[in-house]
Amino acid sequence: MSDGLVTILKIFIGAVFVDNIVLARYIGLCPFIGMSSSVSNGLGMGMSVTFVMVLASLVTWTLWRFLLVPFELEYMRIMVFILVIASLVQLVEIMLRKSLPNLYKAMGIYLPLITTNCAILAVTFLGVDYQYSAAQVVVYSISVALGFTLALVLLAGIRERIRFTRTPAFFQGYPVVFITVSLLALALLGFRGLVR
Amino acid sequence: MNMTWTSIQPILIPVIVVGGLGMAFGVLLAWFAKKFAIKFDPAIEKIESVLPGVNCGACGFPGCSALAEAIVRGDAPIDSCPVGGTRTWQEIGRVLGKEVSVRETRKAVLICQGGNEVATTQAIYRGVADCRAATVYGVSFKACHYGCLGLGSCQRICPFEAIRMDETTGLPVIIGSRCTGCGRCVKECPRSVLTLLPARDLVVVACTSPDTARSVKAVCRKGCIKCQLCVKVCPVKAISFPDGKIRIDRKICTLCGLCVDKCPTGCIVRNIRNSVPAEASSSVPVPAVPVEVEEPMR
Repeated sequence: MSDGLVTILKIFIGAVFVDNIVLARYIGLCPFIGMSSSVSNGLGMGMSVTFVMVLASLVTWTLWRFLLVPFELEYMRIMVFILVIASLVQLVEIMLRKSLPNLYKAMGIYLPLITTNCAILAVTFLGVDYQYSAAQVVVYSISVALGFTLALVLLAGIRERIRFTRTPAFFQGYPVVFITVSLLALALLGFRGLVR
Repeated sequence: MNMTWTSIQPILIPVIVVGGLGMAFGVLLAWFAKKFAIKFDPAIEKIESVLPGVNCGACGFPGCSALAEAIVRGDAPIDSCPVGGTRTWQEIGRVLGKEVSVRETRKAVLICQGGNEVATTQAIYRGVADCRAATVYGVSFKACHYGCLGLGSCQRICPFEAIRMDETTGLPVIIGSRCTGCGRCVKECPRSVLTLLPARDLVVVACTSPDTARSVKAVCRKGCIKCQLCVKVCPVKAISFPDGKIRIDRKICTLCGLCVDKCPTGCIVRNIRNSVPAEASSSVPVPAVPVEVEEPMR
């Protein structure tokens, strides 16, 4: 295997399993808990996140490389990146509504939610911090989004089953979900050290 | 000159770069919004302007605009908005060119009189001042398991400020002119002592307790003791006692008031609201009549 392919595989495994954005880094917990009530909801959110994440990290990477670094404006990246993500989501929303109304309907409620999703911002930062190339950033953001979707769908599947179990009254609702999430996170701890 | 440039530079460059970026995105967004503009059905906007616009969610949709869209699509009936009432339905019907059948408007009624000095309390409650918090374990500080707790959950949930808490009785008072019958308080009340009833003259048994006379008397002075004197006194046989609860058939009831006078505990209340015909109730403001003031007995 060529070196590039190995790196890409490393990035993929690392982002999906070892440093899973939700279960290992604890980023993006709000949509994770909020959108995991059913598998279909989770899948919809996962798709939308993937879409926005890849676009956002590619655009922010470009801006970082060709605008912020040359002008020595690295310290402004929080502002610039948030600006990029917010405008990008808006743009995508406007475009989808017109050209792909079916996709817009499927993503409709999730898209505006993603604007303030910290997972997106985290990925744009991390891609820059790891000094990835443009292609690597794309792979990285796809992998992180896949990891997010995986965690979301896993939890949604468990939650659909929890609904039919006899939960003690004081665990009903969110407490049992939080406990489930922590167990999931513990399970993912098994991947620690897999990629160096 | 050179000095000033070096001192201004670290501020000017970020301002230009970030400002320029913001500007570029703004222009891009504006251009996109125009280029990809889609035509909305103008009826949606019209219906939205007719709807109350309080986004209370009583219709089951996330807000007034979502309901307007659903009505235009045909996913929701024209009379979906319980808040707007007859007049709103007719307006929507006019926009869509459809005939609307007039439905009776309903308003919230408190069916409990167990306020301070009337209902016994069995404990001192020092928890969160909220009815739902106070009933987590089924029972609460009031000795009656069915009565109003008077902690004002209904008052806080009401989107129209149509409920105020009476200081002397400790019970909620529904302000008829503001109540829109959205039913939020009915859903919120953990004791189910609020209900929606037609907005006209009514005789109501203001007690939900199914308990026997002895246990009711032990906890409340104005509870229903199932003596059935009202059943016997009613000249038109509108009152029955089918399943352990007094029921008044509103279709038969002539509002004569004999049962109100006869009831030994005074738990039958009449004239919950002023006489306003159901059709006119949405246009003619109903005077604010507190339930307690309207008790004609004693």
